[in-house]
Amino acid sequence: MRHLMNPLDFTTKELEKLFDLANDIERNPAKYAHACEGKKLATCFYEPSTRTRLSFESAMLSLGGQVLGFADASNSSAAKGESVSDTIRIISCYADICAMRHPKEGAPMVAASKSSIPVINAGDGGHQHPTQTLTDLLTIRSLKGRLNSFTIGLCGDLKFGRTVHSLINALVRYENIRFIFISPEELKVPDYIIEMLKEKGISYEEVIRLEDCMPQLDLLYMTRVQKERFFNEEDYVRLKDFYILNKAKMEPAKKDMLVLHPLPRVNEISVEVDDDPRAAYFKQVQYGVYVRMALILTLLEIQV
Amino acid sequence: MLNVGKIEEGFVLDHIAAGKSLSIYHHLQLDKLDCTVAIIKNARSNKMGKKDILKVECDINMLDLDVLAFIDHNITVNVIKDGEIVAKKDLILPREIKNVIKCRNPRCITSIEQELPHIFVLTDEEKEIYRCKYCEEKCDERF
Repeated sequence: MRHLMNPLDFTTKELEKLFDLANDIERNPAKYAHACEGKKLATCFYEPSTRTRLSFESAMLSLGGQVLGFADASNSSAAKGESVSDTIRIISCYADICAMRHPKEGAPMVAASKSSIPVINAGDGGHQHPTQTLTDLLTIRSLKGRLNSFTIGLCGDLKFGRTVHSLINALVRYENIRFIFISPEELKVPDYIIEMLKEKGISYEEVIRLEDCMPQLDLLYMTRVQKERFFNEEDYVRLKDFYILNKAKMEPAKKDMLVLHPLPRVNEISVEVDDDPRAAYFKQVQYGVYVRMALILTLLEIQV
Repeated sequence: MLNVGKIEEGFVLDHIAAGKSLSIYHHLQLDKLDCTVAIIKNARSNKMGKKDILKVECDINMLDLDVLAFIDHNITVNVIKDGEIVAKKDLILPREIKNVIKCRNPRCITSIEQELPHIFVLTDEEKEIYRCKYCEEKCDERF
């Protein structure tokens, strides 16, 4: 029995297989509509995350399975002081697979160690969110046709953004990837990631403004720059417009560049970009469902 | 120069960094053993300038070599029988240590679930980096 705790739990070869399955689901949804009949997914969300939870639930329902669970710790026995280890032992009796989100880092791993059903880490604090990374990879692979040989710009909060760190760690396993980090001085990518890139001899560049690199990019991964991350309001006001993507900034970009975003967006991508064929962030949401469907089938060892 | 007599059976921990012997005494839980222990601080050393030495008169099996290796794998462990050194043990960095140090990350699951063991895993042998098994926070503590 396997669990998913970290995006690197799967080898690149295993990911290829998972993504092939996700693409087959995309092409033939009817073929998989009853694949999980009689199976139940428990969504154990100790902190609210409507999007991720609904994506998991939609994935299981699309496979013909059923879902149960809780959306907030206050509605669960955790509020009475039950440990994660005890909860998963109980959930193992109710469901066939579990997706767990928890504010404490490592909680899904504790659950997996005591569980008799596969556990998927649906986000643990600032630590890991593997299904977001799988979603990002599947989106790139499906729309670009490959996971190697491109220049990716990562823009916004690169210091605290866990999706960005996971994506970098996942992409360094592929050949000929070049990173351009676009962020204010205060939110630069952490040193340990730069060290890792240097050690592996992977090409990277750090720039302050989006305009400095747009024509070079094959992919642009946007994240939100939050006001509370700055030391003072003055800096925030001065810098925030650098990290807002609008029609004018899209102008010099390649015709086949893709814009990705883990969502929710606030104002970092202007709504005028939504109709640009290069805007892929809503397609990314759809790929999130396909990859979760493929993951559920894989972990339940169901072959269609 | 202070002279401490030979021990008949037990072990001598040599080349302890000066001033660290008491910390090692506690981490090896020698205070809980009913045996003779000599703690020598700031002894002269050609190699280190100053060093600490611990002489313990008890069975070598009572010693947790993994904990010792985690604290300082440069310590020399001499096994004594009939007053003579019969073996020297090499210390190898343990792959995993359990309940030796605590994870200090307030966001780690171990911060709220008290019964969980605190486990650290060796993730970089060259740089001697240990990370919490659950939250992957780096351990900066080395006594």
